[in-house]
Amino acid sequence: MPPKEPATSRMEVLQGTLDFIVLQALRWGPAHGYGLVQLIRAQSGNVLQVETGSLYPALQRLVRQSLIAAEWGMSANDRRVRMYRLTPKGRARLATERSRWEQFSRAIAGLMRPPAEER
Amino acid sequence: MSIFEWLRWRPGRGGDALSDQLSDEIRAHLEMAEADRIARGESADDAAHNARREFGNVALAYELARDQWAGPGQWVERLAQDLRFALRVLRRAPGFTAASILTIAVGVGACTALFSVVDATLLRPLPYPHPERLVRIEDDLRGLGSRDVGMSTPEWRDLERSGLFEFVSPAWYDDNNLTGLARPQRVSMLIVAPNYFSLLGVRPQLGATFAPNDKTPGFNGQVVISDGLWKRGFGADPHVLGRVVQLDSDSYRIIGVMPPGFQAPGPTQQERGTEVWPAFGFAGAPMSEASVQSRASVYPETFARLEAGHTIAEAQRRIDALVESLRRQYPAAYPPAVDWHVRLVPLQESLTGDVRQPLLFLLGAVALVLLIGCANVANLTLARSTTRGREMAVRQALGGAPARLIRQLLTETIVLAVLGGALGVALLLATRSSLVRLVPAGVPRLNDIAIDWNVAGFAFAASVAAGVCFGIAPALRIRRLDVTRVLREEGSRATPSADQKRMRRLLVAGEFAVSLMLLSACGLLMRSVWDLLHAPLGYDPTAVTVVRTRLPYPNDPREDHYGSVADESPFVREVLRRCLALPGVVSAALGSGAAVPLDHPAQDQNIFRVVFDRGTGRSDQPLIVTGSLVTPEYFSLLSMSLVRGRLFDDHDTDHSPSVAVVNEAMAHAYWPSEDPIGKRIKLSPRDTSWMTIVGVVANARTESLTGADVPLVFGSLYQRQGKHLAIFLRGRFETATIERQVRAEVQSIDSALPVFGGKALSETVVASIAVRRLSLELIGLFALTALFLAGIGIYGVVSYMVNERTGEIGLRLALGAERADVMRLLMGQGLAMAFTGGIAGVVGALIVSRVLAGTLLGVPQVDPLSLAASAAALTAVAFMGCYLPARRVIRVEPAMALRS
Repeated sequence: MPPKEPATSRMEVLQGTLDFIVLQALRWGPAHGYGLVQLIRAQSGNVLQVETGSLYPALQRLVRQSLIAAEWGMSANDRRVRMYRLTPKGRARLATERSRWEQFSRAIAGLMRPPAEER
Repeated sequence: MSIFEWLRWRPGRGGDALSDQLSDEIRAHLEMAEADRIARGESADDAAHNARREFGNVALAYELARDQWAGPGQWVERLAQDLRFALRVLRRAPGFTAASILTIAVGVGACTALFSVVDATLLRPLPYPHPERLVRIEDDLRGLGSRDVGMSTPEWRDLERSGLFEFVSPAWYDDNNLTGLARPQRVSMLIVAPNYFSLLGVRPQLGATFAPNDKTPGFNGQVVISDGLWKRGFGADPHVLGRVVQLDSDSYRIIGVMPPGFQAPGPTQQERGTEVWPAFGFAGAPMSEASVQSRASVYPETFARLEAGHTIAEAQRRIDALVESLRRQYPAAYPPAVDWHVRLVPLQESLTGDVRQPLLFLLGAVALVLLIGCANVANLTLARSTTRGREMAVRQALGGAPARLIRQLLTETIVLAVLGGALGVALLLATRSSLVRLVPAGVPRLNDIAIDWNVAGFAFAASVAAGVCFGIAPALRIRRLDVTRVLREEGSRATPSADQKRMRRLLVAGEFAVSLMLLSACGLLMRSVWDLLHAPLGYDPTAVTVVRTRLPYPNDPREDHYGSVADESPFVREVLRRCLALPGVVSAALGSGAAVPLDHPAQDQNIFRVVFDRGTGRSDQPLIVTGSLVTPEYFSLLSMSLVRGRLFDDHDTDHSPSVAVVNEAMAHAYWPSEDPIGKRIKLSPRDTSWMTIVGVVANARTESLTGADVPLVFGSLYQRQGKHLAIFLRGRFETATIERQVRAEVQSIDSALPVFGGKALSETVVASIAVRRLSLELIGLFALTALFLAGIGIYGVVSYMVNERTGEIGLRLALGAERADVMRLLMGQGLAMAFTGGIAGVVGALIVSRVLAGTLLGVPQVDPLSLAASAAALTAVAFMGCYLPARRVIRVEPAMALRS
């Protein structure tokens, strides 16, 4: 087992949000699995850690739901990789998910506001 | 093996394109991660290692991802994969597999055998349309403590008018002599109303049944015959319809032949064997007008079919109301003290009432045997799972999800159990015919016993349940498997964990508990059968043979050659004279059917209501007694002892006042503080004149082996008429020979009389408890099997213990311990298991004996003797089971043991 890093520096992706995060990451263009892990980590400021054990099942799930499409292609350094991209259906789903997410995070933020500000 | 090879090796993958893609993808991922790490300056080795570590469990990720796209067909594929794997594993462990399969085969086979009987008799609906609407109507006189006393013609008509029933048919079983064919046949006959067959909803295979609305008074001159009689008596003649046959010299025309396999749904074995059905209006000759009008003159049975839309419970409520109003309307016929009730009994229940409890009890017992078998196989599986712990740990480390492994292990045990079950059913099918012969002939619907889909389904369900039963504990241990610990013990022998040892001990203790329950039940039954067979009977059946005959009941009284006592007495005297002259006969007597101890034919009316001469008896006692008729020699022939007064003698004839002899139970019940001698009674409805009690005989177990204190009244055969006659003979002769000789003598007096049923009285005594004896034999067999299995169980555990601790034992011996002490230590641990089980078993045994005492008369609630005997047997087995493996300690060489 790798030594555990402090909980504040790395967070595991919340259950149920992984699909949303993957869709969001694919908004910038097609990516392969390894690329997605890097991308998500980088975009979350090194906070979010995607378990590969969850990522591949999530990718398969999204393909099955036709939210993303997969095809074999070549990576930047000439490796045969499986590239994932958003489908129109995925794009539409992302929009609804995002508005729901914003609603949710506003609600959480409201709850977290220090009591002093309420007065 | 590299991870990629391992991926390719995964069983069940085939040339699956999606699987290939997934493993390629995961490989690419790892390669890129590795490349990045090298670019960041890690060494090639570190990079590969860290990339793998970062990825986590490759196989698990693969498996989970695969789950996502594999559709519903996947579980079939998995099941097939598990099955293949299970079969492979089992083939690799032939000893374990054979032992388990055999154990389960015996358990499931025995369970299935009993279930097939339960299914045929208790579960399967009767083979008639809408069997739920068929009832047997039973009249109880609760105030007199008697059940099912029969019904009168006026009551029958009341029921028919009630609007609750589509059909109501009285029935009267009798046997008869069928003549008019090549050879006279003794036949079983059921006199029924013309609607009987319409009531059941059965059709003949040939001809017709009676017109259901025929209201002809008396017999309508038609009979329906059984398939058996058709084949036996008429050679399956297709032109049998219209043939005229004689029953009791009255002529009947055959109008129909019932299909093979049709059985009259009656409560007795004789009635179920009915071969001839004459139709009778239950009014008109030979019934007198008085008996047609009388509410006291009853026939034995009534069957009915409810109108569509009525449930039995609802019909019962309305019958209760009807009975209430009839009691008000006819207060003389239904005095409140008698407390007359009419009960609707589902027909199926009335057929199986006697055997229901013994059957269910046996099924319970055999299920316990299966349970013990399961415990044994569970023990084997647990022992194996210790050795397989490494395999499981490796598979888990390689990504086998625990749920998947549990399913795999369960599949293995269920495959094992189903194989065992299949073998059990195969054995059952092979031995089927000889097994069916073991079932006592009194069990209803014997012909219906079959290994059909129902039974096969039961066997399958029992096997799967057994598989889950013995597989679940070892399988669930996967969850608690400490993967790293097991893997770290490289090279060292796999050792069972503490909870595993505990579980094995628990299983053995459980086996002993259940065995003790079975053994004590067996002990109780053995005790009761022994007691019943050795209790003083009050009469001496040895060297006594009973042969029966029957005088005709012609429908026209003018044709009756034996119509009065004066007509019958010369015949009785002549039979006695001729029988006494037969070789080997020392004494002879005649009596009515009810005079035969423990074997009263159903067709002979023998239950009567006692009527007292004014103020001569207590009226708060049950007034129903068994009444029989005998010649004076009867009491001395059976060695029944006179307590007071006198027995019958030759001066008691139809010219002298009627006399009666009662037993002590009768005397005590009605005249506890008075002398019964000289008191006058009548047995209703038989007697028209008073009988004066002249003697009291000692109580005897003539009605059942379980009790002697049943009130009895004996009348003289020279003063009252009996049609079903029993000839009692004491002496040295063969039963079959004497029956033939008696037949010749009787038929030389009257050639039309049948002579049959020759049977040694001692056999009758033994046969009267046939069901109980069979229960005893089966329970005994089950208990022995259980004991054997428990012995094997404890042997296995102790021998495992010895193996496992050889090193420790060697150390102890090297340090100077005595071998005997070490052996005692090991045996003590083994016996402790048995003892724990035994304690629990005593509690179970007490419950079992309570249940048994509730269902079987003559079984004590607590029987210390049988409990002690069971415990002793169990201790002996436990001792052997511990001693044999522990003895190996003697051979342990300390030096060898320590070095190994």
